[in-house]
Amino acid sequence: VSLSPQLCALMFSWIRASELTFELPDNAKQCFYEDIIIGTKCTLEFQVVTGGHYDVDCRLEDPDGTVLYKEMKKQYDSFTFTASRNGTFKFCFSNEFSTFTHKTVYFDFQVGDDPPLFPNENRVTALTQMESACVSIHEALKSVIDYQTHFRLREAQGRSRAEDLNTRVAFWSIGEAFILLVVSISQVLLLRSFFSDKKTTTTRVGS
Amino acid sequence: YGLMLLFAWLSPSQALYFHIGETEKKCFIEEIPDETMVIGTYKTQLWDKQTGSFLPSTPGLGMHVEIKDPDAKVIILSRQYGSDGRFTFTSHTPGEHQICLHSNSTKMALFAGGKLRVHLDIQVGEHTNNYPEIAAKDKLTELQLRVRQLLDQVEQIQKEQNYQRYREERFRMTSESTNQRVLWWSIAQTFILIITGIWQMRHLKSFFEAKKLV
Repeated sequence: VSLSPQLCALMFSWIRASELTFELPDNAKQCFYEDIIIGTKCTLEFQVVTGGHYDVDCRLEDPDGTVLYKEMKKQYDSFTFTASRNGTFKFCFSNEFSTFTHKTVYFDFQVGDDPPLFPNENRVTALTQMESACVSIHEALKSVIDYQTHFRLREAQGRSRAEDLNTRVAFWSIGEAFILLVVSISQVLLLRSFFSDKKTTTTRVGS
Repeated sequence: YGLMLLFAWLSPSQALYFHIGETEKKCFIEEIPDETMVIGTYKTQLWDKQTGSFLPSTPGLGMHVEIKDPDAKVIILSRQYGSDGRFTFTSHTPGEHQICLHSNSTKMALFAGGKLRVHLDIQVGEHTNNYPEIAAKDKLTELQLRVRQLLDQVEQIQKEQNYQRYREERFRMTSESTNQRVLWWSIAQTFILIITGIWQMRHLKSFFEAKKLV
């Protein structure tokens, strides 16, 4: 079986989906690189999971250094592009605007389409009805999984806020009780000190 | 076909990559339900100052991989691997697992360039299944394989839904605990305030009476 050069090139293109969640410390920048072949459709999706105001700067550059996508302080975005040339594409997440909050960032970088189930088969014959039904169910389930992921991230965000609130309320309650007692006792002591053992300063009471 | 299989095997090592410093530790978080398999493959390349590029592979360069479970106490995996490696684990508790990588810089001289390129690919759940392999092993037709893939996907969705229920319960407990705490604190604060007010007045009154000012 002879395979055309184009088919070979298509099979050898790096068809990948990378999704990672990493922590971005304050004042830090993290860059990722990927070698992409011309004509591949790619999608970059990112979401800030925890930290500060849940925003991050994102920047996507092509091998020439041309900026394809640049957004500041975004919480969530999705960007699709087609590789205009061969080479290393670079995308960076920056938390340099933040002084002390570190952020957790999730991103999903999809390069090309999914690899076929049978890589060593020629797609010469059309799909049967059952097979095309399977393909559409597969696509639908993929989008369900994608929604689930985004929902999970938003829920993680909400939950981390709630847990923060809970600990803050606990510490604040204890702290305020303490401050209250200290202030009331010191008020009394201070007032007592105004009247203590200075019989010549009784006039001070009147003024 | 041999050439194609060769390329199919090589492709995991040409994944997304990033640069890491000598003593730098890079951690990735995977929030997964229980009984989920995670396979990670990495490949390291060292910067060669002479050629001004990254060497294709460097023997003797290793990465230390550390995986922690959601309790952050139990280390599921803590091993040294070579410059190319593959690690696998299956989660037993749902939650945030942390995968940390750092280089074992026993050969400090190699880091003269200061840059190490790490290719990393982490696949979770049903993405870990190698369908052509499953088809060959169980002798499935294409339709059967597609249905198997759908079954795996649905199973992953179900697991995620279960995990979602568990997480929602935790969230609800946290919110209710906050609610309780705010309620009790308000009551306690009012009480303390009244008590200290009364104590202050009584104490000062007796003090002034003793000083014969009242």
